[in-house]
Amino acid sequence: MSQPLAESAPLRAPLEIEFDYTRSLGPVLSQFMAALAERRILGARGADGRVHAPPFEYDPVSAEPPAELVPVGPEGTVVSWSWMPDPLVGQPLAEPFAWALIRLDGADTAMLHAVDAGSAAAMRTGLRVRPRWAARPAGGIRDIACFEPCDGPAGAAEAPAQDTLPAQDIGAERTPGMTIAPVRLRYLHTASPGESAYLRGLAAGRLLGQRCGVCGQVYVPTRGTCPADGVTMTEEVELPETGTVTTFCIVNVGYPGQRVTPPYVAAAVLLDGADIAFQHLVLGCDASEVRMGLRVRAVWGETGGISHFTPTGEPDALYETYARSL
Amino acid sequence: MSADVAVVGFAQSPCRVREDATTSGVEMLVPIFAEVFRACGLTRRDIGFWCSGSSDYLAGRAFSFVSAVDAIGAVPPAMESHVEMDAAWALYEAWAKVLTGEAEIALAYGFGKSSGAELRRVLALQLDPYLVAPLWPDSVSVAALQARLGLEAGRWTEKDMAEVAARSRAEARSNPDAQVSGSVTAAELLARPYVAEPLRAHDCAPVGDGAAVVIIASAARARELCERPAWISGFAHQVDSGSLGARDLLAVPSAAGAAAAAGAGPVELAELHAPFSHQELLLREALGLGEGVAVNPSGGALCGNPMFAAGLARIGLAARAVMSGRASRALGHATSGPALQQNLVCVLSGEAS
Repeated sequence: MSQPLAESAPLRAPLEIEFDYTRSLGPVLSQFMAALAERRILGARGADGRVHAPPFEYDPVSAEPPAELVPVGPEGTVVSWSWMPDPLVGQPLAEPFAWALIRLDGADTAMLHAVDAGSAAAMRTGLRVRPRWAARPAGGIRDIACFEPCDGPAGAAEAPAQDTLPAQDIGAERTPGMTIAPVRLRYLHTASPGESAYLRGLAAGRLLGQRCGVCGQVYVPTRGTCPADGVTMTEEVELPETGTVTTFCIVNVGYPGQRVTPPYVAAAVLLDGADIAFQHLVLGCDASEVRMGLRVRAVWGETGGISHFTPTGEPDALYETYARSL
Repeated sequence: MSADVAVVGFAQSPCRVREDATTSGVEMLVPIFAEVFRACGLTRRDIGFWCSGSSDYLAGRAFSFVSAVDAIGAVPPAMESHVEMDAAWALYEAWAKVLTGEAEIALAYGFGKSSGAELRRVLALQLDPYLVAPLWPDSVSVAALQARLGLEAGRWTEKDMAEVAARSRAEARSNPDAQVSGSVTAAELLARPYVAEPLRAHDCAPVGDGAAVVIIASAARARELCERPAWISGFAHQVDSGSLGARDLLAVPSAAGAAAAAGAGPVELAELHAPFSHQELLLREALGLGEGVAVNPSGGALCGNPMFAAGLARIGLAARAVMSGRASRALGHATSGPALQQNLVCVLSGEAS
């Protein structure tokens, strides 16, 4: 069966995922982040006398926790840098900036951060920089918004007076001991050829499966490759919209974004003629009436695709007819 | 004891931007499994242990490697494992399985579809999650910091870096799996703009999709599967500090340490996993590779760097050189993490111990 090329190309769509990690900071980083909220930077003195800034949690030489945290900076010196002409989402600055390894005054190691230098021509190794503090501390490394060039000489006895922050702003948006790291990722997601055929079928009100040429099992949705045999499947099978509940659970728990009010049933539905069940909703009856062997029919949604399954009223299927698909 | 296990088969998919491929890798894996089974005279049921390398962050979905199991065919059930790293580390796990006698034949595979994601941004998630990752430093920018340190320390010049790229592209002309190849001079490359000063596009591996597979076998089985097995004479991996600002980015002690632990010694050929041009220069020195060693005759990762497969492919290519008789001793290297943080060395020999 030939199809126009455009019809057989895999479906693709943008996909954005978001998740915020809430992390416990532990004793060392809690102090470090608490100091950032007060616009101070702390380093850790190691067993060998070297000061690490940002601080280590365990000494890379002795594996001991730091004996003391010591103030460093806030000014520092650029050790290496690279230029970011097209900042990516989430980076510290939206305009072109430099990434830099910065050795803060009093420290022996370097901190990675952004430098708002305006142009690559303004950047150089050895450049003196100072932090630009976030307007309101949130309890993370981004309480340093970025660094910016300054004129202070290295190792000046007294750093320029630290910016002061109104006391009421300190900790306003912080949870001590915790930090939240948001993650936002974007993809252009590609469905497999098998998935694409299934989705196109759904849009046309058809249920498509595939039969494996080796084991003969019929899979729905089409998935391209037989998971039992690892071979590409090419035989397409159209399936009816009726089937049998092989097993199910009653959802009693609510969650954000839930579209059906609990209690409701999520079931494994074995379409007539298929060998593998797939999961769907069973609605249109009381959750307590759903049982193994219940005969169901697809209810199509208004925008294409199956909204849910609902009982047909037929006698239940015999256990033997679906036992091997459990 | 190390030479009791040999590489007997290798295959890889061409590194390309694959608009037809999913992040589960199945479409890229099925053909190369068939190819390597055909070459070794094996079926999937002969494999005693499977191990894969891939990344959910790159795939954009949880447990993406479970979808890839479709490609191995898991009825009857297979003994299977996974690492969230380059599949060179999956091969290490497979090697341990064969050494301990839990499997006679094992298969490692890796896959990655980078073209559907923002690779350089996704890789920020491998950085320190408290102090660094929240700034989203991308992998190209981090490598650029390392490149500048070497430039300003007089370890290399931008021309040296361009010459690595030009040589790699010339080598890749004979590698049909390469994504980038061609004849170009360093001077021509240096005329092009920076993408992350001091790096230009030629200094950075291209973004592409691909997969690779390596089969290893115990001494008892290797000779029946392969006329000239590539015996694993040493296999080791080490890691440097995760703190970019606290380690010397111009030393790669984990690479030197892994090579020493693997008993690398003199080799004729080395496939190095250097996703940035200056990193080849760092690795040559760390691994003690002299002028006489053929480095990256495939074109290396600069000409094709399928994430989570490229390191395994380096070992596969080094093994292929031994299996074909082109080399009697070869080295495959893989890296993971930012700025060569973690390094693995596999030494392959035509002679069993």
